[in-house]
Amino acid sequence: MSSQSPTLLDSLSPTAERQEALRARLSEVDRSMRTPGTFFVVAAVLWLMVGTLFALLTAIKFTNPSFLGHTEIFTFGRVRSAHLNSVIYGWATNAGFAVGLWIMARLCRTRVRHTRILMAGAVFWNLGVIGGIIGILKGDMVAVEWLEMPGYVTPLLAISFALIGVWAIIAFRWRQTDHVYVSQWYILAAFFWLPWLYTTAQILLVFEPAKGVVQSLTNWWFAHNVLGLWLTPLGLGTAYYLIPKVLGRPIYSYYLSVYGFWTLALFYNWAGVHHLIGGPVPAWVISAGTVASVMMVIPVVVVAVNHHMTVVGLHRQGWRSPTIRFIVFGAINYTIVSLIGSAMALRDVNLSTHFTDFTVGHAHHGLYAFYTMIMFGGMYYMLPRLLNREWPSAFLIKTHFWMTALGILLMVNVLQICGWIVGEMMNQVTQDGTVAYTFQQIVEFRVPWHWLRSVSGFMITIGHFAFFINVVWMLFRPSKADQPSQPTLLTRPTAEANA
Amino acid sequence: MRSLPLLFLGIFFTLAFSWTGIVLVSNVQLRDLDPATSTLVNDVQEPISGVTYDKNGAEMMGNNMSGDVVHPQVKSGSALRGQEVYEQMGCLYCHSQQVRRAGYGSDIARGWGQRQSVARDYVLEDRVMLGTMRTGPDLANVGLRYDANWQFQHLYNPKITSPYSIMPPYGFLFEKQKISDVTGPSDDAITLPGDWALDEGYELVPTQRARDLVAYLLSLRQDYELPEAKFEQ
Ligand code: HEC
Repeated sequence: MSSQSPTLLDSLSPTAERQEALRARLSEVDRSMRTPGTFFVVAAVLWLMVGTLFALLTAIKFTNPSFLGHTEIFTFGRVRSAHLNSVIYGWATNAGFAVGLWIMARLCRTRVRHTRILMAGAVFWNLGVIGGIIGILKGDMVAVEWLEMPGYVTPLLAISFALIGVWAIIAFRWRQTDHVYVSQWYILAAFFWLPWLYTTAQILLVFEPAKGVVQSLTNWWFAHNVLGLWLTPLGLGTAYYLIPKVLGRPIYSYYLSVYGFWTLALFYNWAGVHHLIGGPVPAWVISAGTVASVMMVIPVVVVAVNHHMTVVGLHRQGWRSPTIRFIVFGAINYTIVSLIGSAMALRDVNLSTHFTDFTVGHAHHGLYAFYTMIMFGGMYYMLPRLLNREWPSAFLIKTHFWMTALGILLMVNVLQICGWIVGEMMNQVTQDGTVAYTFQQIVEFRVPWHWLRSVSGFMITIGHFAFFINVVWMLFRPSKADQPSQPTLLTRPTAEANA
Repeated sequence: MRSLPLLFLGIFFTLAFSWTGIVLVSNVQLRDLDPATSTLVNDVQEPISGVTYDKNGAEMMGNNMSGDVVHPQVKSGSALRGQEVYEQMGCLYCHSQQVRRAGYGSDIARGWGQRQSVARDYVLEDRVMLGTMRTGPDLANVGLRYDANWQFQHLYNPKITSPYSIMPPYGFLFEKQKISDVTGPSDDAITLPGDWALDEGYELVPTQRARDLVAYLLSLRQDYELPEAKFEQ
């Protein structure tokens, strides 16, 4: 079946070598990524579990504030920040390193040499994050959203990032192909943008704090761009690579992918300041941020059309492949979350969503329903090729998919509906200038929603355990021999698909 | 895409653009913002409002009125240490510190401030914590709303003052101790109402950190006018 249909490269570049040679080259690339790739995946998955644990503690504290309330290191503000930092810098970033570097190496057809340097970067990055989380819990937290890790680990993180990121650039520099595919731009740009964002933010917020609200502006320029210019390009690059790869059909439009990339690069990085609408910051910055956020509709729609047109008609095949299932879920949510994000930057909408759970829901929508799901998809494709083993259990993959997909949809809906209503209650002022709802009424209104949110978190946790077990099982499974030679699919191939 | 230098330049300039705009320009724009008197005067000591021009035609925001106090003011040592406690406890994640103008949201109607917060209010802060979440009320002016005793009780367990509260208790910032037989009850001991009272012979005293934190909370007050921010009627 799909092995005979043209691969991505064939369709893009008529001069490409024959299948056999290409396969051999790719598996050589895969072999060279085996150790670092596996390390990043394992680290990412362990951080995912740690982050989930912190998330559960946070959720319990919301419904029962005195839970672990007498232990300073487990106070709400710290556990919550430990959650954020372990999922962003532990899970999401390690996953991005794994999948991003691997796709880059494959598309450049370059083996990754000197993996010891890469491994050193990988180890130190993770030690840095461990140190950062411990620092947060013991009270050295920096009270800047997304930058809580204390100043004594951040230089280590920056250096480790350089040691890791440079491999993306080296692979690109010595690529063996003429053509540069859109995934390569996204990944290259991401590895270039993050260090810039991070060093600026560290200097102006941690080491030499800027004056007054310049701190807040820098903070949101950074924090929004971690999603926009680091994780989003990695997620999109992965989707752009794997959708055509798995479906054996080239991406719908080359032109659209160029257009989507540049509009994203141009507009996304201005959008972050919409977190400060109505705040004590220069009005022109907010206006610029609002305009940029609205302009983000362009790259989003362009990417959506491009991906949709690539998948259209192949839904059945897609549904069988774990990779495509997760990635299509992620890609659809990328469109939805981005459109909601653009709307949230409008003053009238922001008035209701700002300062409420709506924003929290939005963050989870982007980071989980889009980015994390795409990374799961990427790992389902990558790991069998790195390890030469198949996934042990289709049942666990299905559990993983359904629990996380339904869980995150529930969570986003709960947080955003609750947030919207709270925003409306907050703002309602009666004729005589008094507020329609007291703060107490609003706090009480939120309680049942917090419970629902915990339910959704619990579902996601089950999904994570399924994934975790599958990964561990795969790692410790005897290799070769008694392996099924077929890839693990989620539904039985139908007769005609087999033909 | 064949022209790789163009790709690199593009990647570079897109971020450079917002970096310059958001980070650099706002830095330059806000660098000269300093504490000010509520009204500014021109070169010949006449009160002015808005931008004026000096003798050389350069744009001038005016001078402070001599003899008048400038705001915001430097916080006391205890309040500054308290700000660090506020940072380390993560109060930021549930509380904002910014009042929005009347008509945009209900901040002023809720009694969270008498006027909108402006950039000048924050120029002396080491750590600006505007916040993005209001699980609890805005604290920009909380120093005007409660006294120290209320703050201590509330921190020890928010349910004492607000039975519906979902704010976490900060009991670890307090110590339960036996009342001394020699010197009697400590002056600092906190009174706890009704069911919350400790066992006979024991008292609750705040640690230094709790005292600093409360000093910080009491220092949160934007109860002065600035040239660009007058009280709402
Ligand atoms: C989980 C969210 C949460 C955290 C964390 C939190 N608070 Fe609160 N806070 C609330 C809620 C909800 C209220 C309203 C109910 C009440 O009065 O307790 C509140 C109320 C307050 C009030 C009274 C404000 C008013 O106008 O009535 C003060 C003062 C306060 N918090 C200070 C703090 C400090 C200081 C910290 C950090 C040590 C902190 N809070 C951490 C949720 C939180």
